[in-house]
Amino acid sequence: MSGFLLQRLMQAILLLLIVSMIGFAILHLAPGGPLSQFAAGGEMNQEDLDRIIEQLGLNRPLPVQYAEWLWRMLSGDWGLSYRDQQPVLHIIAGHLGPTLELMLSSTLLAMLIGAWIGIIGAVKRYSLFDSIATIGTMIALSIPTFWFGLVVIYVFSVGLGWLPSGNRFTIGDGSFLNRLHHLVGPCIVLALVSTAVWSRYMRSSMLDVINQDFVRTARAKGVPERQILMKHVLRNALLPMITITGLHVPSLLSGALVTETVFTWPGMGRLFLDSISYRDYPVVMGILMFTAVMVLLGSLLADLLYGVADPRIARSGR
Amino acid sequence: MSLDPTLDALPARAEGFWNSRGMRRFRRHKLAVFGAVTIILMTLACVFGPMLLPYSDTFIDIRQRFAPPFSGPHILGTDPLGRDILARLLMAGRISLAVGFCAMVLAMGIGIAVGVAAGYYQGVIGAALMRFVDAMLCFPTIFLLLAISALIQPSVPSIVMLIAMTSWMEVARVVEAQIRSLRTREFAQAAVAMGSSNIRIMVRELLPNAIAPIVVAATLNVAHAILAESYISFLGYGIQPPTPSWGNMLENAQSYLTSAPWLAIIPGAAITLAVTSFNFVGDGLRDALDPRMDLP
Repeated sequence: MSGFLLQRLMQAILLLLIVSMIGFAILHLAPGGPLSQFAAGGEMNQEDLDRIIEQLGLNRPLPVQYAEWLWRMLSGDWGLSYRDQQPVLHIIAGHLGPTLELMLSSTLLAMLIGAWIGIIGAVKRYSLFDSIATIGTMIALSIPTFWFGLVVIYVFSVGLGWLPSGNRFTIGDGSFLNRLHHLVGPCIVLALVSTAVWSRYMRSSMLDVINQDFVRTARAKGVPERQILMKHVLRNALLPMITITGLHVPSLLSGALVTETVFTWPGMGRLFLDSISYRDYPVVMGILMFTAVMVLLGSLLADLLYGVADPRIARSGR
Repeated sequence: MSLDPTLDALPARAEGFWNSRGMRRFRRHKLAVFGAVTIILMTLACVFGPMLLPYSDTFIDIRQRFAPPFSGPHILGTDPLGRDILARLLMAGRISLAVGFCAMVLAMGIGIAVGVAAGYYQGVIGAALMRFVDAMLCFPTIFLLLAISALIQPSVPSIVMLIAMTSWMEVARVVEAQIRSLRTREFAQAAVAMGSSNIRIMVRELLPNAIAPIVVAATLNVAHAILAESYISFLGYGIQPPTPSWGNMLENAQSYLTSAPWLAIIPGAAITLAVTSFNFVGDGLRDALDPRMDLP
């Protein structure tokens, strides 16, 4: 187990290093590079710019600059926002909560509905339900999230008046029920793609297990079909879903950005878009790096959990 | 979803015409055919449609602003400026489909080059390339697209490059896995023994044998590219007005959701139809070309 853990951890650190290099490269691609803040204003002459270049050490070799940048990132100094001079990490932390709330609640919803669709689809394979579910998941994977959001707002907020059309809570209210009421719309919208992914993989995972020898043995022993499904098949079929959930973090984050925009949800995605329109590069880069770290942690955590849930994987070292 | 006969034989419970094997194949096949026909029709409509319409996409009919669909001379209604939505939809389709196709070609080019190189030269070069692919995949697509689009001047070619830059990694993974396994086969070793050059083995021996998954990946990649374009255009960083695209037609639609919902419904439906069609074709091709391949 420890060998497996160590190996995965080393891989993650290596990836993080490459990720940071890509981030650094993008930062230096910005018009004016890290100087864009000063260059954009236009009231600086070349002498002033040269002095700032000297002060910030931008005339040193790139590897040296990279090492220093990496060191500052690791020690938690992610720079200051151009907009309000707040530390970037501080700003991100302030917007993380709403995003996590959205991501976790929609993942939970997607797990429940997606697993249910996948299980029924696998048990009643090629039935009418299965055919409709297969087509439905394909369409769900093809719908642009923002458009689905607009449709949900149009039907449930504009048409039926059941749901609020945006924001996290009504100003002046903010009770638990009020927050829950505001969460329903964005949660459904973000859960659409995850539900489709879950049901597709759940179905194929169930089918993989249903045809294994131990299931046939259980059938031969005369174990009731329901018990076979719930105890033998489902438990084994759920194992690979740990990995699927871990690997789904990037598209969940992308979906969250769009959902937050449509529902004016005050999360990290909205912050990212706002920062882009203000050309607030430190915050843009900070969030980009932060999401990459979240993705890495997601897949690392999934691997570790899989190792705990299924010790065969950890022992074989994959 | 696999056509493995042992799987099909086992849980044969509700057998009937609907469930017969031939019907099942035909149904899956039917979706792919539906997708292909839709793509062809959409392409034809976008190429030739604007010439047949009485209105151009830039004509401003000031007395007919916010005309709802099916209510007057404008079949799909008009937008806040009084422009014909059908004409705009078809012109936007030209851009969106062309961006999707061009981005796919570029992404396939990068992905195949990286995948073949990594799969052929294993060891340090292969590992370095594939770790780079892994690292690129750590960035959520939309975040990466928006971050880079903030740094460049948006234009149709630059958006194509941007989408290709962020969508070649899956292709590289598929190709790398194929080339790595093909490289150990007898015909590849025979080519080495005959003294073929590395480039010749890669391009003439290995690549043609990996064509099936590449075709599947290319089809799915078009769907991905059309979606990506719509996302960044909707958010205001993709194709810039006055050039219409399906994504930027939706850009301001949210503010008119109460008064003119068709502004949001129509372009979104076009995107969904196009993306679903490409996905159906890709899925069908995967079944037809390589039944062993797993889900996406």
